[in-house]
Amino acid sequence: MSDLVTIENLSKRFTLHMQGGVEIPVLSGLSVWVAAGECVALAGPSGSGKSTFMRMIYGNYTCPEGAIRVRHGGEQVDIASADPYTVLDIRRSTLGYVSQFLRVVPRVPTVEIVAEPLIAVGCDKSEACDRAKVLLHRLNLPERLWSLSPLTFSGGEQQRVNIARGFAYPYPILLLDEPTASLDRDNREVVLQMIAEARDRGAAIIGIFHDQEARDAVCTRAFDINSFQAVA
Amino acid sequence: MIRADAPLLSAQGVGCFFGPIRGCEDVSFDLYPGEVLGVVGESGSGKTTLLKALSAQLEPDHGRVVYRNRQDDAIDIYEIGEPERRFLMRTDWAFVHQNPRDGLRMNVSAGANVGERLMAVGWRHYGNIRGEAVDWLQRVEVDAGRIDDLPRTFSGGMQQRLQIARNLVSGPRIAFMDEPTGGLDVSVQARLLDLIRSLVTELGLSAIVVTHDLAVARLLAHRLMVMKQGHVVEAGLTDQVLDDPQHPYTQLLVSSILRT
Repeated sequence: MSDLVTIENLSKRFTLHMQGGVEIPVLSGLSVWVAAGECVALAGPSGSGKSTFMRMIYGNYTCPEGAIRVRHGGEQVDIASADPYTVLDIRRSTLGYVSQFLRVVPRVPTVEIVAEPLIAVGCDKSEACDRAKVLLHRLNLPERLWSLSPLTFSGGEQQRVNIARGFAYPYPILLLDEPTASLDRDNREVVLQMIAEARDRGAAIIGIFHDQEARDAVCTRAFDINSFQAVA
Repeated sequence: MIRADAPLLSAQGVGCFFGPIRGCEDVSFDLYPGEVLGVVGESGSGKTTLLKALSAQLEPDHGRVVYRNRQDDAIDIYEIGEPERRFLMRTDWAFVHQNPRDGLRMNVSAGANVGERLMAVGWRHYGNIRGEAVDWLQRVEVDAGRIDDLPRTFSGGMQQRLQIARNLVSGPRIAFMDEPTGGLDVSVQARLLDLIRSLVTELGLSAIVVTHDLAVARLLAHRLMVMKQGHVVEAGLTDQVLDDPQHPYTQLLVSSILRT
């Protein structure tokens, strides 16, 4: 089987204890398989649980019901029941995630932020920084910014740092939450090319793309999350 | 998937009481090599009591604290003799206090503060000790020209960095940190966080960091334990606990953060 991600019967609800214990059902009975070389677009209106679903796959949100199996180092590992150490290990070498927000330690230079995922898998620091520079250059981030912390960058610049970081290491599985939002036309083209290259090298990609043009350009199919809405 | 390595430190049903008052109760967890565990909770939730029990400073009334030493033997840190425990406190465990004055000797120079730890583990050559002290002052970004100054002439942030140098110079395996960035202004905090994070990664150090600041916990800790009234109410991957908290108390803590 070339399925890298196997999701079976996943459900999710939030319980807001601070607000009278109100229950917010989000997803119910969701199953999906994603193979190597596929780029699946999550479809569904705002609030239908697309980002929640992505965060569950990344282990960022708990998964109380169902299984989220990823192929990690030749084995199938269920993220829903894995211990924190295993989830971190999966994130290091199997599962990449480009979120919409850049969260960094103040003071760390951009080039090191981008190089960090490579250093985490044991890559030599100067090699990792060289690779980071190639990516930053490709994403048209001016060289004078590379040694600065991205905290003061514009939205589009931060997003490109985020993308460079997400693509520094060739993860077998990539989660992309609106990777082309807040980018200008030229940079969007670059990012779409990078996604297509990742797909063609055999990565399994799951993404949220609000922009129809981007979806058409890189996705191999759409997955309608709306049909797995949980009902209160 | 099963970890190949054994835990470095293991708390098994640890409980501490002050007469009828509960410090912490029934705390169990394993800390693995290279792992940073954050302990969060409001003041009085038992975080510091737990940290003291884990670091051989307060014998728990219940349970055991088991440490795997460099010979790969699992030892109960309260069952070994006092000399052996003292030895481990000098060689293997580092303790970073919230107030640097509690962790530094204020009446000897910065260089002596760092060098003292080296002498405790057997260094004797003055030139080597001084050289190593200079190196560590630079690593924690204290101007090496200040090596002969007393710590009380340092700012709070510098004192905290000096305390970290003093603690890490002897190559410990676990660092216990109690609010390491508490009481420092935010710019100094950011610098210190960056420093602690890179040192932990470079040295492959394990650490237990007690903090009430969830942002500090997010940046430093791989794993988080949330304490309330002496009990661990929730534990897990740091970003999962902070982004999808399950326990009412954790939800309260997370929702109380001011966003800027």
